[in-house]
Amino acid sequence: MLEAHDLAARRGDAQLFSGVSLSLGPGTALFVRGPNGSGKTTLLRILAGTTQAAAGRVLWRGEQVGPFHPALRACAVFIGHAPALKDELTAEENLASLATLHGAPAERAAVLEALNAWSLSRQRALPARVLSQGQRRRVALARLWLLSRPLWLLDEPATALDDAGQVTLRDALAAHLAARGIAVIATHQDLPVASGAHQSLLLA
Amino acid sequence: MSEAAAQPPIERGGWPGVAWALRRDLRLALRSKAELGVQLLFYVVVVSLFPLGVGADPTLLRALGPGVLWVAALLASLLSLPRLFAADFADGTLEQIALSPYPLPALISGKILAHWLTTGVPLAALSPLLALQFGLDGSELVALAAGLALGTPTLSLLGAIGAALTLGLRAGGALLALLILPLYVPILIFGAGAVEASRVGLAAGGELSVLGAALLVAAIGAPLASAAAVRIALD
Repeated sequence: MLEAHDLAARRGDAQLFSGVSLSLGPGTALFVRGPNGSGKTTLLRILAGTTQAAAGRVLWRGEQVGPFHPALRACAVFIGHAPALKDELTAEENLASLATLHGAPAERAAVLEALNAWSLSRQRALPARVLSQGQRRRVALARLWLLSRPLWLLDEPATALDDAGQVTLRDALAAHLAARGIAVIATHQDLPVASGAHQSLLLA
Repeated sequence: MSEAAAQPPIERGGWPGVAWALRRDLRLALRSKAELGVQLLFYVVVVSLFPLGVGADPTLLRALGPGVLWVAALLASLLSLPRLFAADFADGTLEQIALSPYPLPALISGKILAHWLTTGVPLAALSPLLALQFGLDGSELVALAAGLALGTPTLSLLGAIGAALTLGLRAGGALLALLILPLYVPILIFGAGAVEASRVGLAAGGELSVLGAALLVAAIGAPLASAAAVRIALD
């Protein structure tokens, strides 16, 4: 489903990585590891289609996809370092707004259920500006619940999450893989997956 | 969680994208009303400084009026432009907007429309009142308000291109002014010209038609150009 051949990336003059290939079938998770500055985020951004690779190509369902390709925009959900929350809006409004932006029908019940799954029901009416880092991360991740996209691209999803949050993330990932989804996760922490195949990619 | 392999339709229409961006930006603007007030107050203060500065000679004021009102409107419109994309860029929302299945030019059109509704419309609505300080009356007030109503959306549209091009740059605000103000010149000439024409008793229809034509061209071109600039900024 998701393939990449001989990807290379550079930031400024520095070569981050080259010759990175991957092939992920349904129900597979790929953990991208490597030291700071090794290009984990850049690799994810290339797969998400916001950054142009210096070389190589990405294929989604057998079709070559470049930056901002419609097929990627319809199928992938990318959660980067920035949680994409507006400080002025409440947690509930933020979540509903992001779900609508990605074309998912954001019925109130579904939004509340997603917030509940991430233990945010008490914070749903609070403006995002007063939420803690971990709570902001939870709101960002709750989007995964609403969108039901086949391809997850998560950049350090466990950052600032407490133990309970990491368990929720792990369960969500297991459910996603069980539903034949694909996930690419850049991470330092170990996120043991209960079910589904997983691969590791080490960027030097 | 629902079936992850379900295939959402790939091509999506533009109108829901326009509606999403318009609704969200209007809601955000209503949550931070102070920002709207600052821009409007800036317009009022700048316009009011001129009669105080040049003295109370009615002929001079009537001659200066159209130009002063229009220049102040350009500057006030410029004041709020850096915020058009910068906040969304900083918190990661712009990335999500660019990755949305809706066409990016449509989403940007919605943002520009919201920008005009919250900045251009109050300016155009307030201008006849401020024009009284310059002794303008009757048909001149109508030409001023009509000109601003047709011209301010073009200011927002052209400004969006500049705001997108200067995303993420240091001193982006000053660069934005240098980049955009020259593009505002034709709007200024025909907008102030419309008031001038009715002041000397001519019909302002010609100038207003040019403003309308400029608006149509900008409405088609600016969202596409801004979308291209936003994508470059995100790379």
